[in-house]
Amino acid sequence: MAPIRFLLNGEMRSEDRVSPTTTVLDYLRGTARLTGAKEGCAEGDCGACTIAIGETRNGAAHYRAVNSCLMMLPQLDGCDIVTVEGLAKEDGSLHPVQQALAEADATQCGFCTPGFAMAMFAFAQGGEAGSDENIHDALAGNLCRCTGYRPIGEACRKIAGHPDSALAEKSVPALPPCTEYKHDEQICFLPRSLDQFLQLRASHPAALIVGGGTDLGLKLSKERERFPAVILTNGVRELKTIATDGGALELGGAVTYSEALPSLDMYFPAFAALARRIGSRQIRNLGTFAGNLATASPIGDTLPCLIALGAQIALRTTTAARTMPVEDFILGYRKTALKPDEVIATIRIPFLPNSDRFAIYKLSKRFDQDISTVIAAFRVTLDHGVARDFRAVYGGMAAIPKRAATLEKALTGKTWDTQTLDGIDALLAQDFKPMSDQRGSAAYRLRAAANLVRRFQIETTDERALARVEAL
Amino acid sequence: MSADTPLARIRGGAGEAIRHDSAAGHVTGRALYLDDMPVAPGTLEAALVLSPHPHARIKRIDFSKALAAEGVVCAITAKDIPGKNDIAAIRTDEPLLPEAIVEYEGQPFAAIASATLDQARAAAKLVIVEWEELPPVLTIEDAIAREQYVSPPQTMSRGDVDAALKNSPLRLSGEFRCGGQDHFYLEGQIALAIPGDSGDFHVFSSTQHPTEIQHAVAHLLDLPFNAVTVEVRRMGGAFGGKESQATLIAGIAAVLADKARRPVKLRLPRDDDMRATGKRHPFLIRYDIGFDETGAIHALDLTLAANGGNVADHTPAVMTRALCHADNCYWLPALRFKGLPCKTNTVSNTAFRGYGGPQGMFAIETILDQVARHLGKPLDDVRAQNYYGAARNNVTPYGMTIEDNIIGKLTAEFERSVDLKSWRAQVDAFNAKNAIVKKGLASMPVKFGISFNRPALNQAGALVHVYTDGSVTLNHGGTEMGQGLFVKVAQVVADAFQIDIDHIRMSATTTGKVPNTSPTAASSGSDLNGMAARNAAEQIRERMAEVAADHFGVPKNEIAFAANRIFAGNRSVSFPELAAMSWEKRVSLSATGFYRTPKIHWDFATSQGRPFYYFAYGIAASEVAIDTLTGETRVLRAELLQDCGQSLNPAIDLGQIEGAFVQGLGWLTSEELWWDEKGRLRTQGPSTYKIPGSRDVPPIFNARILADSPNREETVFRSKAVGEPPLMLAISVWLAIRDAIASVSGHARAPQIDAPATPERVLLAVDAIRNS
Repeated sequence: MAPIRFLLNGEMRSEDRVSPTTTVLDYLRGTARLTGAKEGCAEGDCGACTIAIGETRNGAAHYRAVNSCLMMLPQLDGCDIVTVEGLAKEDGSLHPVQQALAEADATQCGFCTPGFAMAMFAFAQGGEAGSDENIHDALAGNLCRCTGYRPIGEACRKIAGHPDSALAEKSVPALPPCTEYKHDEQICFLPRSLDQFLQLRASHPAALIVGGGTDLGLKLSKERERFPAVILTNGVRELKTIATDGGALELGGAVTYSEALPSLDMYFPAFAALARRIGSRQIRNLGTFAGNLATASPIGDTLPCLIALGAQIALRTTTAARTMPVEDFILGYRKTALKPDEVIATIRIPFLPNSDRFAIYKLSKRFDQDISTVIAAFRVTLDHGVARDFRAVYGGMAAIPKRAATLEKALTGKTWDTQTLDGIDALLAQDFKPMSDQRGSAAYRLRAAANLVRRFQIETTDERALARVEAL
Repeated sequence: MSADTPLARIRGGAGEAIRHDSAAGHVTGRALYLDDMPVAPGTLEAALVLSPHPHARIKRIDFSKALAAEGVVCAITAKDIPGKNDIAAIRTDEPLLPEAIVEYEGQPFAAIASATLDQARAAAKLVIVEWEELPPVLTIEDAIAREQYVSPPQTMSRGDVDAALKNSPLRLSGEFRCGGQDHFYLEGQIALAIPGDSGDFHVFSSTQHPTEIQHAVAHLLDLPFNAVTVEVRRMGGAFGGKESQATLIAGIAAVLADKARRPVKLRLPRDDDMRATGKRHPFLIRYDIGFDETGAIHALDLTLAANGGNVADHTPAVMTRALCHADNCYWLPALRFKGLPCKTNTVSNTAFRGYGGPQGMFAIETILDQVARHLGKPLDDVRAQNYYGAARNNVTPYGMTIEDNIIGKLTAEFERSVDLKSWRAQVDAFNAKNAIVKKGLASMPVKFGISFNRPALNQAGALVHVYTDGSVTLNHGGTEMGQGLFVKVAQVVADAFQIDIDHIRMSATTTGKVPNTSPTAASSGSDLNGMAARNAAEQIRERMAEVAADHFGVPKNEIAFAANRIFAGNRSVSFPELAAMSWEKRVSLSATGFYRTPKIHWDFATSQGRPFYYFAYGIAASEVAIDTLTGETRVLRAELLQDCGQSLNPAIDLGQIEGAFVQGLGWLTSEELWWDEKGRLRTQGPSTYKIPGSRDVPPIFNARILADSPNREETVFRSKAVGEPPLMLAISVWLAIRDAIASVSGHARAPQIDAPATPERVLLAVDAIRNS
């Protein structure tokens, strides 16, 4: 068995003595005695555990912020890890990110600060402009309870677009990859090719498949479970591809939200805007579309979008391949059509014809990094003011993401105006019997679900109408 | 140096905007929190066993599986407490671990210590309990109906309120509520208890109140206070949540350590922290108000009912402060304030920044908004009819004459910089043009009383050492939770010695150095500890001055401390030289300082007195937008002006103002605590409980400190407390949301909505106002 190898603040580490399901945060704080990264929630929401992971892309190091609390140690294989301890120069002088935070009086209790520093470090390395939008996007995964964020945002604006050139130009040395990490009775596979992945899947049907681990990671960080066998998909070359052909965008089964964003921006801007509200950057840098499908959560944000867009999912085994609509893939509450030897190879999202209007609306208590109370994906073909092929898919309204069949039927072929929508509250009540929970009551869910159709109608008929507070 | 040469200013004197003393430690990750500290080999890790029921009798506990699990060293229940099983902060009604009956879902009734944290948490799941479920009381209404209270109801009254109500030309009554709030300090509750070699204990605790931890551990283990030393260097946030609540954590760690005879660390995972520890009190508010056409209030009959949770904890004092702030800035000729501290089977609520003040002000401001909307007048006009006067109408409902009223000065200054009229016109114009998205605008004045209501708590001690190299160690009873107390107090000492602040080292708060301390709470940290530290520094300075006078052969009154040196006319020595000289002369370079707040008194029986040394004032205005289809809300702009007296450190104070405002904004908008029908808290982590994120801060956000406004009382350098008051400026956001909702009816009707104004509540209120 090979150890996993990675760079930690520039120092080569070779690790084979700890459980593969050790979280990266526990490893850093325990084994490595680097206590800068903190546990604030152990569920990837507060960002106090944020670290940066560097990989070589196009010959240069590219850093992304991640939640170390949700990651398993083997996910670091071959990476260049930077923690807050690795930011300051050897002579002790502060990194520009640290300097900016200190100068802006952006620290009070300081517990969240190392996480903010690392989110900002990754942001600066990415070279993005310091717009409000970019800054909120970069900081949405970090909670601060003391400052009120104003000084943190200021510090972030200051360092925006100023990557640390020494780091940006260096490339992460190629480390011998680990393909199988064993410790006591636990095993973690790190397949590098689709063939290897398929064979492992066939020979270890009970092994958990981990994409980014942003959902399964909760079982490690919070429930302190120790999975006996895991297959990590993020090293599988073929599954990292993003391709387009004449008719569709095709995302490989290990493509993360962040990796897909540029393509989504180009082909599905509404989907891209929604994707930016899935978790935070830290989450999107790890989480995958395939993972969102495989966990089949009733509140998985991509599912209603994929169903509304008529996406197809391609499944593979060592010997067979099949495709099916995403809608058919989801069988029930956290239940899918995936067979024990199958893997998700690609997700194919057909381009929208020009005649189609498409929108996704997400309602939650907080705009950023919140789980949807209701999410709705609408699609309509407008033909001289008449709705053809109206499709409405909701999340948060049932045990699975589900189309509003009665509503769809009632509106298809009708004049696309406000009067047509008068009775839709009652129609939706036939389609859904939502539950009341901490995110919202059944009554709110139904009312909001109907009003979102009204918003869609307004936005598709009057381009200048202001129907969202975030547009202000 | 000649007398007319300007002296270089020292770095970090009083009033200078210097950064937090730990800023470099924060940004580098080198600042150590309790969980970051290396522990001795053999230190055990602990986990709590929490009740799954809100009200149930423990018939039998079976630890056999848990104790047999790998790594487990011991388990404790109430039976393992050698001393007195009580950790109540005010009354004596709070067991560390319940003997037989659990009273809220999430209540710890046992704990386990193991070699590793994972083992402890795994073993906690193996504890088997046979329960007898009892009927729970889950709501304020239910508790009121049963007259079930955690402490006696309180009343405050003036005049014949019933007659005044009856004679009022106009009258409104109603009911509304505000929610609780989880502190959500980023660092969860944690303690490390280390048994000493002679029956003593050293406890590291993330606490705002080391002395209370000391007392509780001593009671629990049946030890004298001098056998327990409690230490805290810094907390990762606290906000009131680590005042009494930290006792539960430290107490359990100590009892486990006592049983295991090994050091035990107890760090709560976030979910356990949110389930097991108390929060801000939710309030139900009922009112009957009499007023006239001008908006002048004639009488107010107000009931504030707080959900105290299962035990009293701080509830009686929170209720007193709520009643003491239900007047906010307004003269109420006849009034009856009734406070009902309800007992329910939910987690016991506790101190939280503002300590009842926010709920009291929320009540009166919402009522005034109802009155204004009833009259069709701007809220600010109604306020102007009711502001406390300077010479008359200046006595609070609790009998305190307001001597420092600066509301007029504050509002005038605010209106000079913020054009409320044109702002209002812009909002109205926007609403005229937009059917779906509606804007609202409101301002909010704040008057917040400074001092603990209980006079005895208004005292502080400090310990200052000057070493022979001129370096200084400062210790005081206050704790650092991020608020910048340490740097502010160090500035006071730097100023007293006239040396750069870099020569002063702030040391961890410990009961071993400064005893019998008050909690760092009630915004009082710098007021109290700053004065105590100044007292200590001045004693040493006087002694050093005598040495200098001897040395230079001049009278003591000709000795001056300035710019890191000590002068006698043109001659001078450096501060280190004088320190060394003092040692040679066998003069003590160490002193304890003490301070007690003057003028204050309080009669608990009648709820009358002068509980506050002074008031801190502030004013704000906020603009919001709501989506009338979904209830989604955004705060677009906030303008804040806060009275800090003569600020000790404007950089630190600005951070307090902004941070408090955003925390208050969270309380009133996105932060919703939600219990299911079985009394289980379902918002128990950041995935379900939403504190504001960076995007939730208004894109236009201007916070300023009121200039040229020294405290008229003799506080430390004439500064004012700042920790809590600005939180209530966020009530402007609440009122602006109400304004936006009311705009749907062309401001013809008053909205009916409770806080927090979640999208759901906003949409419900919009629909209700449309359909009414």
